[in-house]
Amino acid sequence: MSKKIVATTSLAGCFGCHMSFLDIDERILQLVELVEFNKSPIDDIKTFTKQCDIGIIEGGCCNSENVHVLKEFRKNCKILVSVGECAIMGGLPAMRNGISIQECFNEAYLDGPTTKGANPEGIIPNDDELPMILDRVYPCHEIVKIDYFLPGCAPRADLIWNALVALVTGDELKLPYEVVKFD
Amino acid sequence: MTNKITIEPVTRVEGHGKVTIHQDENLNIAQTRLHIVEFRGFERFVQGRPFWEAPVLVQRLCGICPVSHHLAAAKALDVIVGAGTGHGLTPTGEKMRRLMHYGQMFQSHSLHFFHLAAPDLLFGYDADPAIRNVIGLATTPEFAGLAVQAVMMRKFGQEIIRATAGKKVHGTGAIPGGINKHLSIAERDEFLKGTDPLNIDKMIEWAQASVELFKGYHKANAEFIDNFSVFKSNHLSLVREDGALDLYHGVLKAVDSEGNVIMNNVDCQDYNKVIAEGVKTWSYMKFPYIIELGPEKGWYRVGPLARLNTCEFIPSPLAQKEFEIYKAYTNGKPNNMCMHMHWARLIELLHSAEMMKELLNDPDLLKGDLVAKGEKVKRGVGIIEAPRGTLFHHYEINDNDQITMANLIVSTTNNNEPMNQGVNFVAKKMMTGVKEITEGMKNAVEVVIRAYDPCLSCATHALGKMPLEMKLVNDKDEVVSEFKS
Repeated sequence: MSKKIVATTSLAGCFGCHMSFLDIDERILQLVELVEFNKSPIDDIKTFTKQCDIGIIEGGCCNSENVHVLKEFRKNCKILVSVGECAIMGGLPAMRNGISIQECFNEAYLDGPTTKGANPEGIIPNDDELPMILDRVYPCHEIVKIDYFLPGCAPRADLIWNALVALVTGDELKLPYEVVKFD
Repeated sequence: MTNKITIEPVTRVEGHGKVTIHQDENLNIAQTRLHIVEFRGFERFVQGRPFWEAPVLVQRLCGICPVSHHLAAAKALDVIVGAGTGHGLTPTGEKMRRLMHYGQMFQSHSLHFFHLAAPDLLFGYDADPAIRNVIGLATTPEFAGLAVQAVMMRKFGQEIIRATAGKKVHGTGAIPGGINKHLSIAERDEFLKGTDPLNIDKMIEWAQASVELFKGYHKANAEFIDNFSVFKSNHLSLVREDGALDLYHGVLKAVDSEGNVIMNNVDCQDYNKVIAEGVKTWSYMKFPYIIELGPEKGWYRVGPLARLNTCEFIPSPLAQKEFEIYKAYTNGKPNNMCMHMHWARLIELLHSAEMMKELLNDPDLLKGDLVAKGEKVKRGVGIIEAPRGTLFHHYEINDNDQITMANLIVSTTNNNEPMNQGVNFVAKKMMTGVKEITEGMKNAVEVVIRAYDPCLSCATHALGKMPLEMKLVNDKDEVVSEFKS
């Protein structure tokens, strides 16, 4: 059987889900026997070099670049999996959804105790090199079709491992009670 | 006419950071910028939340070292609930938190060294990227043992975190005024006497071997390690009141590039009297500086290099011995060589392992009061030395126990100007007069950013190296030269 091809990305996440993925510890050496990684922060491949079987998405969409990357993933992956609360429902960053982005900027760059007085020109970052911030944080399935959802903040390593092995081998996914956490 | 080179690491394209390098008409370097393209808005959206949520909310800033945010927030709330700072907690509360923190330091430093730095050092910076990662180590018989160490050392640190915080990523152990659990005897015995290699003695042995590995490499490659990126800067960190390295609690101290003390014994609660943050249009990350010196001269470095420049000694014997060798190399003066950050980091790795052993043998972890209480106040500041440097959390609350103000200066933000300086140093050295980007140039920029182990590239490092895309663009927006990983 040829190896399944896996791509991963972190959008508006904290990389905690990728870290939880690394918590599979020594099984990581087994993993490279099962799959080949394509575009992913865990290897050197920047753009999709071939059609992938599985795309793993951490984080929701908070800026224009997140949306672009997510659409690229949909185009290049047969199966997309939202991993963690941020991908599934925006997660903690979505706490800004009821607040205007201007208010968030003011607090961070003008009114804070270490910026007040240190920013006399009232600069708020705005540059061609910076992506546009979206009006709110969007869960991934509001942007593209998502095939599977793995909940948790972060989902524990065993859940990610079990799900990935099931997707790769085609065996039924085992979901014992103790590996599914919703905090 | 000007040329613009843009370097976009893959993860950066996906929303983290990128580098632009502008050349003037003579192909001299006119300007370099490291742009951080992420913005979350935590300071605003935690307003209105009950204060005791902060340690679990704000750690979601970063899944690479959530324990640091968890503890910095809890330390700020210790002040708010009247439990005082540092030694104001019960012995159990402080020691459980310290164990959690040293576990975090241990896993983060070993992740950085083995998954990121060691492959570069062992295979060479210009080796095939396909093998220059921890999997490459695992499949090369000569280095296979190191790959197992890499995975197991990280695992040990993560297990310490799970036992103290409840969970490996985004735990809940620290609460305002203390901790919510003891260590069980079974857990303690597992860490002290677990089956090889997962026990503390093995971890200390491996940490020592890591320091030796680096020293051996340094001996053979002194020219590169010493000269790759060197620039003078101020250095800032927490130190214990007696000048010892202390990663969990202390007073703020800063020295200049020659070792003159800029400030010392600054109470954490007064951090905003000594530190301010500048804002620039081209990056979401702010630019902190020491107020007394102003934005031009007051920027400073934080992290392992800075900590070993500010502290006077390390309060654990094996690390202290290595510290003396390290200090002797610069005749006791502050070390301003970027690549020596790896050396400093490994000495801290060893220190963390020693501290974990001392704590694991301490009966206070198994019993005693968990939480200290006192008179509530409206404002609290918590500062901790995270793996990547000094981390500041500051909260204010109202009568309803809601957060009314939050201010965060994260470790990597402190290193914003130093990383920009590092990129500038390397660009001037390697890209002056060039019209085409080579693998070597791309790596050079990457290596200098990576020496700071910035959270913004974080998990990128887990299995491989930070991939970069560079474009050389002229003033008509035509791509002159392109380089992709």
